[in-house]
Amino acid sequence: MSFSTWVQMGGYAIFVWPAYGIAAAALGLLAGGTIRRYRMAQRRLAEMTATRRGEDA
Amino acid sequence: MVSFKALLLRDLRLAFRQGGDGAMAVIFFVLAALLFPFGLGPEPEALARDAVGIVWVMALLASLLALDRLFQGDWEDGSLDLLALSPLPLELVVLAKALGHWLVSGLPLLIAAPIVASMLQFDAAGLPRLVAALALGTPTLSLLGAVGAALTLGARRAAVLVSLLVLPLEIPLLIFGVAAADPAATGDGSTQFMVLGALLALALPLCPWAAAAALRQALD
Amino acid sequence: MHRFANPARFMRVSQKLLPWLATITVLFLVAGLVLSFLAPPDYQQGESVRIMFVHVPSAWMAMCAYTSLALASAAALIWRHPLAEIAAEETAPLGAVFTGLCLVSGSLWGEPMWGTWWAWDARMTSVLVLFFLYLGYMALLNAFDDPTRGRRAAAILALVGFVNVPIIKYSVDWWNTLHQPASVLRMGGPTIDPSILWPLLVMAVAFTLLFVTLLVIRMRAALIERKIRVLDAAASGALG
Repeated sequence: MSFSTWVQMGGYAIFVWPAYGIAAAALGLLAGGTIRRYRMAQRRLAEMTATRRGEDA
Repeated sequence: MVSFKALLLRDLRLAFRQGGDGAMAVIFFVLAALLFPFGLGPEPEALARDAVGIVWVMALLASLLALDRLFQGDWEDGSLDLLALSPLPLELVVLAKALGHWLVSGLPLLIAAPIVASMLQFDAAGLPRLVAALALGTPTLSLLGAVGAALTLGARRAAVLVSLLVLPLEIPLLIFGVAAADPAATGDGSTQFMVLGALLALALPLCPWAAAAALRQALD
Repeated sequence: MHRFANPARFMRVSQKLLPWLATITVLFLVAGLVLSFLAPPDYQQGESVRIMFVHVPSAWMAMCAYTSLALASAAALIWRHPLAEIAAEETAPLGAVFTGLCLVSGSLWGEPMWGTWWAWDARMTSVLVLFFLYLGYMALLNAFDDPTRGRRAAAILALVGFVNVPIIKYSVDWWNTLHQPASVLRMGGPTIDPSILWPLLVMAVAFTLLFVTLLVIRMRAALIERKIRVLDAAASGALG
């Protein structure tokens, strides 16, 4: 099967690809946002404990 | 000492003194339903076909109108704390409130609905069934509404939030209510009526229980 | 039960587990995608059957997420379990996304399969209601100035709305409407062909792992944010 035939998905391309695309986008954004929030929280906590240690010292 | 009857009568007296809420619900119901001929076009067949649905949707929306104030007055002036401490179980307090709500905004709807339906070119032969379906369904609306009101007590934008919470829960009721009253449906709708009855039977114990739990959270 | 109630213990355990969770999530997602596109086209539906490998796992996750939401809410209300409160709060957005995905992919599948983007049949309507339940939960959570009140009220709402989940599951059996009846999770075992069943199951496991991984990360983030707020309050108290 050629690549272009495969992409056409037997004529259902406009249904199949958006379905997978939207799923990938939604879940990707969800994962990305989650990881970003986590990293920002970690960084903020590290900053705060560093300054506190700095103040106590 | 607060009894169920005393609480109910007090709420009804307050409602009549204020005059507003019940009358407002009915006026909104009639007015909003009458927008549909303007929106959908005045053809009698089309309106008659949609009349049951329009009446039911408007009943749902009308019952939402006074909900955010169901517990709010008592909560703000401290009466709710007293009621919670009284020997009357909080669940019965909720039931009294829901019953009051229904008497003030649900019952007048039963009178207004046949008039509105007729104005929407609904065949008069179907009116008894419509009123019966509404009579069985509107108490459940008040009960579900009480749960929503209790959950949103003290929330920001409680009025809108109540609608967002309560309407999805009322959709099954709407579906069966319309099916029960629909003259075009085959059969006499007795299954749908039984479902409406079952929903009310479920709501009667469960809604006060959930609402009371929510009120206790609010009073903590 | 209370051995696991300790947030510090959760942080320690999840820190060790997280890399493994994330890795097998990715592996299963990749495997699921590969299998989804290697599966043979359906006799009747052709290539559009592949949408099922996104739609059905999303639907399962939408319901599982709500079930965990309800369970966490119950634990939060009954035992005032701090981790349960956080779990419930962080589950809701995940569930909402999966529900939205279910609705969108279902719509994209419905058009080629039934000729309609949407139909008001029992299952679709109740999934739409589920979506609004998630939105209502999140709205209620944030509607109060006192966050504890918001969490408690939302927990009650989650339990009240749980009645919708069995309706979704069994609606296709009770009412003979557009959706096909259950073909996987039913008594007597699945009725669909193995060549379709395997991609479906792998994608379902992948979605579940993704849900769990993201939930763990979100709970860790929430606990860190709590610690930050406590430190903030202590610092401003010390300065004040």
